Amino acid sequence: MISREQIDEALIIRHTAEVQEKLKNARVAIAGLGGLGSNIAVMLTRIGVGHLHLLDFDRVDITNLNRQQYFMKHVGMFKTQAIKDVLQNINPYLETECENIHVNEENVGNLFKDDDIICEAFDLPENKAMLARKVRELYPEKPFICASGMSGYGDSNSIVTKKIGNNWYMCGDGGSNSNGGLMSPRVMICAAHEANLITKLIVDGKV
Amino acid sequence: MTFKANGNDIELNEAMDLKTWLLSMGYRLEVIACELNEEIIDPKDYESIILKENDSLEVVSFVGGG
Repeated sequence: MISREQIDEALIIRHTAEVQEKLKNARVAIAGLGGLGSNIAVMLTRIGVGHLHLLDFDRVDITNLNRQQYFMKHVGMFKTQAIKDVLQNINPYLETECENIHVNEENVGNLFKDDDIICEAFDLPENKAMLARKVRELYPEKPFICASGMSGYGDSNSIVTKKIGNNWYMCGDGGSNSNGGLMSPRVMICAAHEANLITKLIVDGKV
Repeated sequence: MTFKANGNDIELNEAMDLKTWLLSMGYRLEVIACELNEEIIDPKDYESIILKENDSLEVVSFVGGG
């Protein structure tokens, strides 16, 4: 078993001690653990983000395996449980607080009060818009990253990161809806946009 | 009267509330979030807000997928 010290040392070799200290102290919430959220959680765990707050109500379905970071053995499990298993295989020494819950207008205030950065990774547009409205109303000072438009296998370069307002960012192509089907490569491009922006916000404190 | 929506100048010939304007542009209210002059607007206020000269509106529209 690799020890905490060994992993920490390896991360410092890769990222430098100064950067690693910031990543270790960061608190990031990821709302939704599907194609976006499960990939974002894996990326942030790999680089040693110290505190992840992961929220989803759903179970892993066989149709999720085309793009989400789960394995066959996870089908039927709650995504919160399954992601914990995945992340612990990468780095078991980080804090991952998993909540099996339906995020709604009433509980947004309480659920995200302790997080420094909030990442929207839902599937349904109604839920994305609801979270955006509530987070911007209640926590306009917290960086908020959302995503829209990543379906199909079209142009990779049409997926971009945009600043929408103060502390508010959007990743995606802006238009393609899920009727075009969701596939691992393009969803992962969008997830990586969100994860990379979160990394920049943690390390540089700004974009 | 002119205001800005997502960075573009919009010309209105008559007074209009936010909800009417959003619907006239084809937005589905359930899938959008609006900031008017950098403040998020509660959907239940869309109808009572009258767009004014020099207002700056940002409409963020979401599509499914994730």
